[in-house]
Amino acid sequence: MSLLRSARMSRSGHRLTAVSALLVGGSLLVAACGAPGSSSETANSATASSAAAAKTATCGTDPVTMSGYFETGFALPKALTDEFTKQYPNVTWDIREDQFAVITQNAPRVLQDSPPDLMRLPQVSELVKDGLLLDLDGYAQSLGWDSWPASQLSQMRVSSTGERGTGPLYAMGLNYSMTGVFYNKQLAAQIGMTQAPTTLAEFDDALAKAKAAGITPIAQFNGGATGGLAFPLQNLMAVYGDPSAINDWIFQKPGASIDTDATKQAAQHLKGWIDNGYFASDVNSLDYATMMSRFIGGQSLFIFDGDWESGNLDKQMAGNAGFFLMPPKEAGGSVAAMSAPLTFGVSAKAAHPDCAAFFLNWVATNDKAREIDVTVGGSHPMGPADASMPTVDANTVTAATLAAGAQIAKDNGAMDFIANATGSIYAKSWTPELQKLVAGEQTPEGLLSTVQSDYQSQIGG
Amino acid sequence: MTSPIDPAPRSATAPAVAVGLAPAPKTDRPAVTPGRVGRGRRSGRGRGQLIGWLFAAPALLFYAVFVLRPLVLTVQYSFYDWNGIGAAKSVGFGNYVKVFTDPDLSQSILHAFVLIIFFSLIPVALGLLVAAAIRSVATSKLGAVARVVLFLPQVIPLVAAGIIWSWLLASDGLINQLLDLVGLGGVTRAWLGDFSTALPAVGIIGAWVLVGLCTLLLSAGMSKIDPSLYEAARMDGAGAIREFFTITVPGLRQEIGVCVTVTVIAALASFDIVYIATQGGPGNRTMVPGLQIFYLAFSEREIGLASALAVVLVLLVLLVVVPLQWFTREDGS
Repeated sequence: MSLLRSARMSRSGHRLTAVSALLVGGSLLVAACGAPGSSSETANSATASSAAAAKTATCGTDPVTMSGYFETGFALPKALTDEFTKQYPNVTWDIREDQFAVITQNAPRVLQDSPPDLMRLPQVSELVKDGLLLDLDGYAQSLGWDSWPASQLSQMRVSSTGERGTGPLYAMGLNYSMTGVFYNKQLAAQIGMTQAPTTLAEFDDALAKAKAAGITPIAQFNGGATGGLAFPLQNLMAVYGDPSAINDWIFQKPGASIDTDATKQAAQHLKGWIDNGYFASDVNSLDYATMMSRFIGGQSLFIFDGDWESGNLDKQMAGNAGFFLMPPKEAGGSVAAMSAPLTFGVSAKAAHPDCAAFFLNWVATNDKAREIDVTVGGSHPMGPADASMPTVDANTVTAATLAAGAQIAKDNGAMDFIANATGSIYAKSWTPELQKLVAGEQTPEGLLSTVQSDYQSQIGG
Repeated sequence: MTSPIDPAPRSATAPAVAVGLAPAPKTDRPAVTPGRVGRGRRSGRGRGQLIGWLFAAPALLFYAVFVLRPLVLTVQYSFYDWNGIGAAKSVGFGNYVKVFTDPDLSQSILHAFVLIIFFSLIPVALGLLVAAAIRSVATSKLGAVARVVLFLPQVIPLVAAGIIWSWLLASDGLINQLLDLVGLGGVTRAWLGDFSTALPAVGIIGAWVLVGLCTLLLSAGMSKIDPSLYEAARMDGAGAIREFFTITVPGLRQEIGVCVTVTVIAALASFDIVYIATQGGPGNRTMVPGLQIFYLAFSEREIGLASALAVVLVLLVLLVVVPLQWFTREDGS
């Protein structure tokens, strides 16, 4: 233990270390005086200029080993690559897995130093700014991705100014997931809720009844570094305002703000839920895994979560889980939801970009792959609007989430997650501010103005 | 990596023991330390010294590459606005200004100082009491068992300790169940998720880990105190408390110094326990500089600001520890 040793070290030791420190440290200082960082801006502009040319996506017939960097705990990418190798035996996969938080932290370095052919990615705009991601427009053109519903791809387009939603395509989804409200059917029956609420008022009523009946209405995660109250907050924002305004803010459109009258009403409504005790009393120390185990264990009527859990819930509480989209203010009003692609990108320096693009296209268009997308991934496949859909048992929650996805597409209500506006807005602003809101140390108005000022300093700097 | 300073402690512990054994003033005291080292040096002049350096060279090289080089680079990075990939932009002392003006960053430093109470003061005080209590049974089997039990937290990985404690402190955890059992249901809460209790709760985990280390160090030190001193005190009519303050505590001056130094550094540089138990939450209430540096460098990709905070943290540790060393090193009698 070096701490202990240095503490016991007497002054006589100091001279020796000081001498060696001066000798070696000095020489290193001289060697390392240049400014760090590479001039990757040139790489970025080079790929941008060649964007127009169509590229051929193929894995060829020679043996290819594709390198992948995937997220631990998600069976979907592995299941897809296994099936792909079955269909194209010349392609094998060398896969490395890590937790999503680790991938987020590693993304820039990995894309730069050991460029994978396919990588699970966090928010992409900063990676694009650093020229780390391959521009996929050439493939999009040759493979016809441009004719798919535009909303599927817009979140992965980044313009030269860093604004998302327009510009070249820098990533693809393996499928796209969507969030809403899951409920426990048995507990719902106990409070006389026999069908999903159709208005916000009905939902409020169900929450109040559950509370009165001694059932925890919502066990939402909001502890540690994971501010899960962002889920209900954004759903409420969609009820009170236009989802496209929220998307503008997430995509960094000039002049966009999250601090508006509509979002204030949403935050106040959320505060009302907190004050009424609709969330578990220990919401600020609940993590995602605890939320899931409580919901599956029948200790909570509702949770706000995404369709990536559909397959899991069909297994763990078969027939007992229901799903609905956040209901609008008035019955029959249009609905909106957080919906985002399961983003995968190709390193700008990848060894086999053509094969990676071929694989991404296969995932969206191959019948078997689309089936895996739904049964293993639990979410809606990417691809053309008229592509085949696997048949799903109507009594499952997977069927409910797929139907909800179709509803969102019809109402054009898909939004990205407010946590994806900048690389650090979630950890730095949403999470601590939402935790303060729960503890009564922040007001709904203060929450929004703080997040907005953090946002401005982050995209400005 | 620490081998360049290896030769030093061996010559240094000798006088330390001497002082511990006999606190009575020595007439030639100021000459003791330099004298010993000087004699060692003189006998190995010339060729011998060169061979010595050759033996140390591999270790010195490692030390330079893995300790000094990162140190120098961190200082260098702290003057840049850099995301770790793109071109860096020099910002002078801008990052340092931000460390002290951004309330989030300065607050995290403040939290580290609060943690000193839990990581340092409580373990040292408790360690002293416990060591004194088991002094009489120090050589028996019971003493050995007590030491093993107390030292156990040191052997458990901090991550495991953090996980276990976060279960214990959860809203339906053992601690709240116990409180319910004794009729204190009113104070139960999610200790790590509550704004008022999160930081102390993290502190208590640290205290639990460090009490054992302090107890062990202090009881080892006690075994070196001359028993005749206690006999003399008893003959003069001193009770247990009087003994403790006039013989035990002064005799443990060096060991207390080591304990305080190590635990203060653990408090200021805390990372693992906080990362596992709360990840800095709720609402940044348990954010400490170590964790903040990690978030800045790897999540927010502000390598420059993270480096500046790291440099400030190192300086703070030195600022606190160097005077501490000086206080406990000099013989006050």
